[in-house]
Amino acid sequence: MNPFTTFKTAFRALFRNKLRSLLTVLGIVIGIAAVITMVAIGQGARQQMAQVFEAMGSNMLVVTSSSQNASGAKSGAGSSMSLTWDDVQAIREECPAVALAAISMSARVQLGAEDQNWNTQLTGTEPDFFAIRNWKVAEGAIFDEEASSSGAPEIVLGKTVVDNLFGEGANPVGQTMRVNGKPFEIVGVLVAKGQSPQGQDYDDAAFIPAHAFERKVQGGLGGRFRGQVYISAVDEDSTTKAADQIAGLLREHHHIDEGEDDDFNVRNLAEQAQSKKQATDTNTTLLAIVAAVSLVVGGIGVMNIMLVSVVERTREIGIRMAVGARPIDVLLQFLVESLALAAIGGGLGLLGGYGMAEYLSKHLDWPVLFPGSIAALAVAVSAGVGIVFGLYPAIKASQLDPITALRYEA
Amino acid sequence: MDATPVIELENVVRTYTMGDNEVRALRGVSLRVEKGESLAIMGPSGSGKTTLMNTLGCLDRPTSGHYLLLGQDVSRLSKAELATVRGRRIGFVFQSFNLLARTSALENVELPLLYAGVGGKERHRRAREALEKVGLGKRLDHVPSQLSGGQQQRVAIARALVGEPEIIMADEPTGNLDSQTSVEVMAILQSLVAQGITVILVTHEPDIAAHASRVIVLKDGHIIDDRRQEPLKAEVPS
Repeated sequence: MNPFTTFKTAFRALFRNKLRSLLTVLGIVIGIAAVITMVAIGQGARQQMAQVFEAMGSNMLVVTSSSQNASGAKSGAGSSMSLTWDDVQAIREECPAVALAAISMSARVQLGAEDQNWNTQLTGTEPDFFAIRNWKVAEGAIFDEEASSSGAPEIVLGKTVVDNLFGEGANPVGQTMRVNGKPFEIVGVLVAKGQSPQGQDYDDAAFIPAHAFERKVQGGLGGRFRGQVYISAVDEDSTTKAADQIAGLLREHHHIDEGEDDDFNVRNLAEQAQSKKQATDTNTTLLAIVAAVSLVVGGIGVMNIMLVSVVERTREIGIRMAVGARPIDVLLQFLVESLALAAIGGGLGLLGGYGMAEYLSKHLDWPVLFPGSIAALAVAVSAGVGIVFGLYPAIKASQLDPITALRYEA
Repeated sequence: MDATPVIELENVVRTYTMGDNEVRALRGVSLRVEKGESLAIMGPSGSGKTTLMNTLGCLDRPTSGHYLLLGQDVSRLSKAELATVRGRRIGFVFQSFNLLARTSALENVELPLLYAGVGGKERHRRAREALEKVGLGKRLDHVPSQLSGGQQQRVAIARALVGEPEIIMADEPTGNLDSQTSVEVMAILQSLVAQGITVILVTHEPDIAAHASRVIVLKDGHIIDDRRQEPLKAEVPS
């Protein structure tokens, strides 16, 4: 029997039991749709994590001073001002796992333009800061190394600040504005970065050279600065190594003996992001397993129906064998039937899963990603289900004895 | 005359095990059937006639002995090989018709050709011709439930002969039919004999066996009688 007639015969048999075939297909539809939706959600979550990771800065670590302890009242992280400019220079030069390091000091300030003013987070930093944070300028440029070390009155603005001071989409590069009443020249506007995972607006910020910050906003003390150090490791796998090197170096520079507490803190953000990503992946895997279970249940439904079908059609099988059907012909016929059930279920499940993913992303704002490979996955998985769960009934049918089958009374 | 006999059985034995018992259905049957003969197999139930029929129809294999079908030894063939032999050489007509339900007469008749790998157009043409031969040229699209018993049996005959077999096995072909329709069916079978097809009838009705040119009687797995006769001509009253 040629493949085409095999298919025709199979579809006709399925069509004869419309309701039953439909219900069987439904099992597969639900299974495939569940798998598709879960994979789409998983992919979406992954992508979102990657974006958050990217926005935060890649391979990043943050070093802060630890809390000051004055007569029992702890002033909180960074208050001890234990970090010095020399520390940062040493980190840059002596830690092989560190690629870039930049001081960052922040304060809330009132910014003023021609006729508007705005309160924002002002950061005094060095040019490498923007490389560490993966942050590029949309207009103009970042203040350069020279401006940074000389403390030139130059300022780089975040998008939100520009919108509020100069109006939506304005390009204020070249204009002069006031920071705490002192004139600064706007040299650059940063590309919009959106929100941090905590919902904080990255773009509501302004940046000036670290030395300008110390001079005009908030001074340091004897080579110490009130702020933190942003560091990027040379690559993704070196963040832990970088953290160890920095800690070792600072303990040495700060003359901390063994057993004494650090007067600084190294936070490995890359590692935190990594573990968060792993947690997301674990969730995705669990959901996918649940979905796969429902697919297996659907497959068992196919097997069940095919077994019933073989028994019901024992006589038909006998007749077919009597007129010349070989065991392999019978096997293929039943296998194609289960394959067809699974394939139809897979196709509908794919549509269902796509619809579900669309719904979740549109109405519930879930991050959902629907790559084309999911479609291929659905087709392959449903075909696999059809074959795996159809094989046993098909073998059973093909091994019937024609004499017994012909005499079978339904 | 063709030198090779259509059927040649040499000391065929068939035993079954049913639970703990060994049933010896055929205990050494030898038989030679020439081309163009019509053979009636008779005998009481339990005599082994159904087993003989199954063996001759290549639905079953002998436990020992040999079965030469048109000179080819089929007694040791695999299931798949036997299926191919059935499809090419043998047509079946059953007491209960055994048509596929909810399937048109034409498609029922096409079935053997489907497994013989005959292409779609050729299949339709030959199936239509076979149905015309049995007088059902106008009922191609009818499904079995829309046909009378006699008509269903004629569809079955058309299905048996569409593959142009050398042998037609008819197992109680008139068992479910009234006498008028029985005569019609026998007339068709006799016309096939006239065309050179070997027809083997299994029956317990002497009236039906009378239409064959040779009658063998089985008892306890042995042939106890084998006689040739002038077949009674099935006259369809017009």
